[in-house]
Amino acid sequence: MKGVRLAGVAVLTGLTLVLFSGVARLATFPEYRQIPADSAVVKLSFSHGSDRSANCRRRTPEELAKLPLSKRVPMDCPRGRLPVYTELYIDEKPVFSESLPPGGLWSDGPSKVYRRFVVPAGRHKLEARLRDTARKTGFDHAIERVVDLAAGQSLSIDFRPEFGGFIMR
Amino acid sequence: MIAAVQALLRGGFDRAERALDRLVGPQANPLAQLGALGYFFFWIVAVSGLYLFVFFDTGVTRAFESVAWMSGPQWWHAGVVRSFHRYASDLMIVTMFLHLMREFSLDRFRGARWFSWFSGIPLIAFLYVSGITGYWLVWDKLAQYVAITSTELLDWMPIFGEPIARNFLDATSLSSRFFTLLVFLHIAAPIALLFAMWVHIQRISRPRVNPPRLLGGVVLFSLLAVSLLMPAHSQEPANLAQVPSPVKLDSLFLALYPLADRAPGAAWAGLAAFGLLMALAPFLPRRRQPAPAKIFLDHCNGCGRCVDDCPYEALRLTRRTDGAVYLQEAIVDPSKCVSCGICVGSCPSSTPFRRSQELVTGIDLPDYPLVRMRQDLIANCAAMTEGPRILAISCPHGAGKHLAPGPHLGVLELPCVAMAPPSLIDFALSRGHADGVAVIGCAESSCYNRLGVDWTEQRFAHERDPYLRARVPRERLATIWASTTQKGAMNRSIEALRARIAGLEAKNPSPEPAAPQEEILS
Repeated sequence: MKGVRLAGVAVLTGLTLVLFSGVARLATFPEYRQIPADSAVVKLSFSHGSDRSANCRRRTPEELAKLPLSKRVPMDCPRGRLPVYTELYIDEKPVFSESLPPGGLWSDGPSKVYRRFVVPAGRHKLEARLRDTARKTGFDHAIERVVDLAAGQSLSIDFRPEFGGFIMR
Repeated sequence: MIAAVQALLRGGFDRAERALDRLVGPQANPLAQLGALGYFFFWIVAVSGLYLFVFFDTGVTRAFESVAWMSGPQWWHAGVVRSFHRYASDLMIVTMFLHLMREFSLDRFRGARWFSWFSGIPLIAFLYVSGITGYWLVWDKLAQYVAITSTELLDWMPIFGEPIARNFLDATSLSSRFFTLLVFLHIAAPIALLFAMWVHIQRISRPRVNPPRLLGGVVLFSLLAVSLLMPAHSQEPANLAQVPSPVKLDSLFLALYPLADRAPGAAWAGLAAFGLLMALAPFLPRRRQPAPAKIFLDHCNGCGRCVDDCPYEALRLTRRTDGAVYLQEAIVDPSKCVSCGICVGSCPSSTPFRRSQELVTGIDLPDYPLVRMRQDLIANCAAMTEGPRILAISCPHGAGKHLAPGPHLGVLELPCVAMAPPSLIDFALSRGHADGVAVIGCAESSCYNRLGVDWTEQRFAHERDPYLRARVPRERLATIWASTTQKGAMNRSIEALRARIAGLEAKNPSPEPAAPQEEILS
């Protein structure tokens, strides 16, 4: 390149080195602490489809006659699902209590939850309960456990009916 | 408010650019090559990424080990390339935001130039997605933090069937198949980024996508030095039974993450507000757009010089429609034309010497036609009463905006100095309207209309048609490329020209000015 002085190039290289070193430093800066040093995390998360909101029923001959030929199915089974009512107690204090609506445009999908709870490290009593049927009181599934959480530990509470209900890992 | 921010930024950029101009000249000035540097960093990241992929194990259990192996025993090749990959990605962020701020400060984002600004918005998103997905692949503690926070952020929007963050609930949740999907994302996002970068430069001609060799060499050398002295390393391996805390964040890519993990709604609101602000910026307030250039077919022979010179791809040649003997004619795309007038300066028909009652050229600006340019030149020169009389042909974007006419200085301000056809200089000097001409445009490395400085220089140097005729006494002509902050340098250059002409005048006086009516009827 015409007219470029060597000294100028040297200064530019020096400036570039300083800039790039700054960028390299910023690539690992700052140190960020997501939770306090002496605490742990309990995660409540599941994706679970509850019972249907109504039982199947047999259509009457009159109802069937009103339907188009291609839709004359004898049984009428509503797609919608019930909400899943869930509670989580930590050390006998309620930290989560929600009726989780079913997902999907037609409310026929699973209910979902994903929550994080930061707790001090140490011994804790965890109780999770869930209602996924039409019953008004009580729960269909529950788990209760006393756990010792180390600092920085992450404990998950999942719900997997195929494995018998709640799972703590 | 916007103007004040622009002025502040412009002042800062201008001082840095002029200092770098002095160091390495305008051609290698990195601040004038930010777009090209962005492309350069992209290719460094792409090539280094392909190299790393050879050694990378895409399985969730082996990913960390394979990256550690690269930075450990194989530090001398794969480790260095890994540092290149990471730091060049970070430098792309720096370059991109500097480029964005510079274009904003130069007001190059409104009017017909909205497209380049607007098309840059998805580019920002693709760059971040490319970098963030790259951080996942290392599968260290930072990767775990980034993966969980990113998916929690996505899950905040109720559009996914199942929370994606559940994939990182515990060690049994994460499969190598999901990890392979991440690898695919990390390849797909940069391809989308490259496509966005290609779209971004579609409305400008001769985009700079490669930095000058000198600058490229300095960048590569510095990257190598930093890669050797401060190599990129992984943090502790990911462990889903542990909270990834503390982590060393990358401030350039992950600055928003602390907010995202504490208040994902606020993070989305911030991103939406930034995106909306960026998208609306070219239209609020809307700039009054001067009328686009207009073709006068009777004077256009379809030579294509205007098409070649237009910095914004606003002109093209098409089949002749008026039955004239020429094969082609130029047509203007009004949506791309910024009315800089460079096409007027490039048209061979744009000569003030033309002997016609109505001075019409092949392509002209309706708001400031060639005939008015000639009238203004004659009138401004006639107002000078003391010699040596200097005519300054200036633009509103450089130091020339500070000029005020005086007894020995006439000022002809054009949208861009390259709007002045070379014959205008000849006209001013040979007809004795002025004793000297100073063409005062933007600083060489930051021409507001991208190519105005280059074209003017090349026309004067007999390198680009239309040429400045050989008979024009070069000693009576000065080109002064000075930014708005270089008023003093401009004044000194004008005074130097005046002194030079005074010396010449003593030996060989310039011709007496012709009567104005002669200029029109000739």
